[in-house]
Amino acid sequence: MTWQRSRIRLDRDNRAFWTGGAEGKLNIVRCDDCGQFTHPPREICRHCQSENVAPHAVAGTGAVDTYTVNYQAWAKDMEVPFVIARVRLDDVPGVYLTTNIVNCPVDAVDIDDRVKVVFEEQDGIWYPLFEKVA
Amino acid sequence: MAGEAYITGIGMSEVGVRLTRSAIGLTVDAVKEAIADAGLTLDQIDGVSTYPGKMQAFLGFSPISTDDLIEVLGLKTRWHAGTGEATAQLGAITDAASAVKAGLARHVICFRTVYEAAALARPDEYPPMQRRNDITGGSQWVSPFGAFSAACWTAQFATRHMKRYGLTREQLAQVALNDHRNAALNPRAIVREPLTMDKYMSARMITTPFCLYDCDRFTDASTVVIVSAGDALDEVKSQPIRIAASAGSLERYSWDQAEWASAYPTGRDLWKNTDYSVKDVDTVQFYDGFAFQPITWLEGLGFCEVGEGGRFIEGGTRIARDGELPMNTGGGQLGWGRLHGFGFAFESVVQLRGDGGARQIAGDPKVAVATSGGGPMAAALLLAKD
Repeated sequence: MTWQRSRIRLDRDNRAFWTGGAEGKLNIVRCDDCGQFTHPPREICRHCQSENVAPHAVAGTGAVDTYTVNYQAWAKDMEVPFVIARVRLDDVPGVYLTTNIVNCPVDAVDIDDRVKVVFEEQDGIWYPLFEKVA
Repeated sequence: MAGEAYITGIGMSEVGVRLTRSAIGLTVDAVKEAIADAGLTLDQIDGVSTYPGKMQAFLGFSPISTDDLIEVLGLKTRWHAGTGEATAQLGAITDAASAVKAGLARHVICFRTVYEAAALARPDEYPPMQRRNDITGGSQWVSPFGAFSAACWTAQFATRHMKRYGLTREQLAQVALNDHRNAALNPRAIVREPLTMDKYMSARMITTPFCLYDCDRFTDASTVVIVSAGDALDEVKSQPIRIAASAGSLERYSWDQAEWASAYPTGRDLWKNTDYSVKDVDTVQFYDGFAFQPITWLEGLGFCEVGEGGRFIEGGTRIARDGELPMNTGGGQLGWGRLHGFGFAFESVVQLRGDGGARQIAGDPKVAVATSGGGPMAAALLLAKD
């Protein structure tokens, strides 16, 4: 998909997530007290309310939790169809990422397919997309 | 009955697509009809409630505020509320019911005005929403990936239902087929043309498994429900319908983090504060912005087991007007129009009063369930004729 993705306004909470790809890192906020993850990122742990939280680079592998093949061009320059998926990340319980499954035909995606992150950079934002792993 | 809350009046503006009448004009039309229906006068109205309140950035999604209405009608209110931080659309009615039960108001106008088709047609007045730059809040987690519409978010839950429980497109189609059949008997519905399974199956795909007929379309309308206190019913000339129970929940503000839709916790919760049970329900008016949502409501409320929703509506006979559980008798949002939740409360009252005309269900219906939302947030109302 070669269209202009929505440009994020970076802030204190989301910067590590949207720019971690520059170093190849998929950053999810983790609590140093209880060890659990909070996503969307916040400055407080949603499990124990500790403020001892920080972005943590996770493995970037996971599985397709569910998906849809989108055929509607919601914007003029959108190339359809493409796959929108919800990926559950390995070792990041309870956290899902909405993303695109790229580098394969749209009908080649199924629930539970193993995937890994590939970053696409546009204008300083590193969008975490996923591709299937053989 | 004192201490209870009742719906005493319903009203609706013209319902259409790309209407030229102003949004406030449509709202006043709906109020006037509801006031007349209840047999009240404007000086008896002392509360106003709406969802989600005025939202300037969202085209015609919600162009009218409580202030706008209080101002143009010259109301003298003692209580008002309008917020999107509520338990979905019908939460505005739940809030009004709470207010009258607490003695904060006697007669509350609850309204939902939608103007999305008109706004889209008049970009000079309603500049298109900026989806591309400076994205903040919840949309940043979905819109960069082309998931601009709730269709894309809801469709993923539908896909999972298909893979996990065997939901088929033929089963899903029954929601739209039933809506079209009922809309044909509702003079206020925007959809007039019949729908067949062949036509459904050959329709263009929006986002799998949703085709064109699975998604509601932008509509211009205002719907009003008047909620009155139990000890103020002597001022009312209509047949009051009691709000026997209500429930609401918020799963996760970011749709994609929810394990399941909020229709499930809300549905379970609705029965906790009432002696009624699913066996008592004569008709259901289930939110169907997307065809999958009524399936989650059937399961969430316990009309069938989780995973059985598709099989419950298979063939369409159970949910038909003459079936065991008539659903969306006014045409739902896929047939009547995107009234954004309030149409389901309106239609429940129509049916319980026996005012449905050609679309009236048989017998003497006494209990209805109306719902709104069901994705990240949900609201349900149990309505009963005493």
